[in-house]
Amino acid sequence: MKAVIVGCGRVGGLLAAALDASGHDVIIVDLHTRSFDRLPATFGGEAVRGDGTDEEALQRAGAVGADFFLALTEGDNRNIMAAQLAREALGIGTVYAKVNDPMRAQAYAELGIGTICRSTMMADALLGAMKLPVGSEPSVRAGADHEHAPIRNASATGPSAATGPSAPIATAAAIATAAATGTAAATGPSAATGHGEV
Amino acid sequence: MFVLVVGGGKVGYYLTRELSESGHEVVLMEKDRGRADQIADEIGSIVVAKDGCEGSALADAGANRADVVAAVTGDDEDNLVICQMAKHHFAVPKTIARVNNPKNEPLFKHLGVDELISPTRMILGSIEQDIPVHELLHLAPLSHEFELVEAQLTVASPAVGRTLLQLQLPSGCSVVALVRDEIAQAVGPETIFRAGDKVIAAGRAECEPALHGMLIGAAPVA
Repeated sequence: MKAVIVGCGRVGGLLAAALDASGHDVIIVDLHTRSFDRLPATFGGEAVRGDGTDEEALQRAGAVGADFFLALTEGDNRNIMAAQLAREALGIGTVYAKVNDPMRAQAYAELGIGTICRSTMMADALLGAMKLPVGSEPSVRAGADHEHAPIRNASATGPSAATGPSAPIATAAAIATAAATGTAAATGPSAATGHGEV
Repeated sequence: MFVLVVGGGKVGYYLTRELSESGHEVVLMEKDRGRADQIADEIGSIVVAKDGCEGSALADAGANRADVVAAVTGDDEDNLVICQMAKHHFAVPKTIARVNNPKNEPLFKHLGVDELISPTRMILGSIEQDIPVHELLHLAPLSHEFELVEAQLTVASPAVGRTLLQLQLPSGCSVVALVRDEIAQAVGPETIFRAGDKVIAAGRAECEPALHGMLIGAAPVA
């Protein structure tokens, strides 16, 4: 499977290394080459300097035809824009954006992109660690089926990999696991399934 | 009409002032507290010192009863998100985004932003009207995927002042003739090109970017 990750921060770098180690094709994009220092020396994927919110830069990086697209920069809005670009212009079926504002995370899941909210995730993880009931808001949401009017010739790009109900949820769990390992290691093997059960 | 302006830079500031002076109800959102206070000192207490990208802040500023939301920050991704949140979460009838990178226009339009204002495109359009930019003119298709094209040389053309020999055209294309002072003439290896020359060349389609670069200048706009 081929995954594109935008943002080589702690989470992005960790996830890229993990996916690469388990034999997947990984392309990681960041504005600054220095960020790639976070990748292990053994990293065998592609690290490309570029702007993840620029369609041409993503095409040059080889993002077309990816199975998964994960926008994990520090900026909620950059992630949202990159993920929507990947979905609408590059035709990538499963996209996720890190969105730390819970309200935006919910709104954009309804608009078709998967969202992962670190604020909710960490709060729930800490509540769980204190053996207290967690909040009702999920920290990982799969993108709902949402059709925008077609952009240019959106049909040509990429094999829009099965976007059936199973695919996004499987990814959600995978990302949740990886993200939880990175940001909330205390919770151990995460049970986050998109329903906030950490 | 109630207009919510997001982004208190120069554009947002003057927009808010003009709207307010012409009698509209207007609220400006600016996340930088210092800048927000400064604007409020000048135009009154219609400034909310909050980040318009935050859903809860938009709600506090009255997004759910706004007729228009104008996102005019300096960051395209912020303007997109402000408009989408306004549209889908607060059902604002009209959203307007400032778009700094003209390449973002199709995506923004596609994602439902009602109006796009691109200062870059406006200035570009104005410049292009004043300075004619000549593209390769396709005169006729020839056999075997060859094309006959014409390039109008200007003072800015890289070919001006140089000979055909110096240009080193890529293989697969050749300069056939040139028209100078309305007289067609043959081109020898030592002919020096001048501004105003019309250069007629033949070549395969894949040579066009190279021909364009050598005879006109910058690569053609895709």
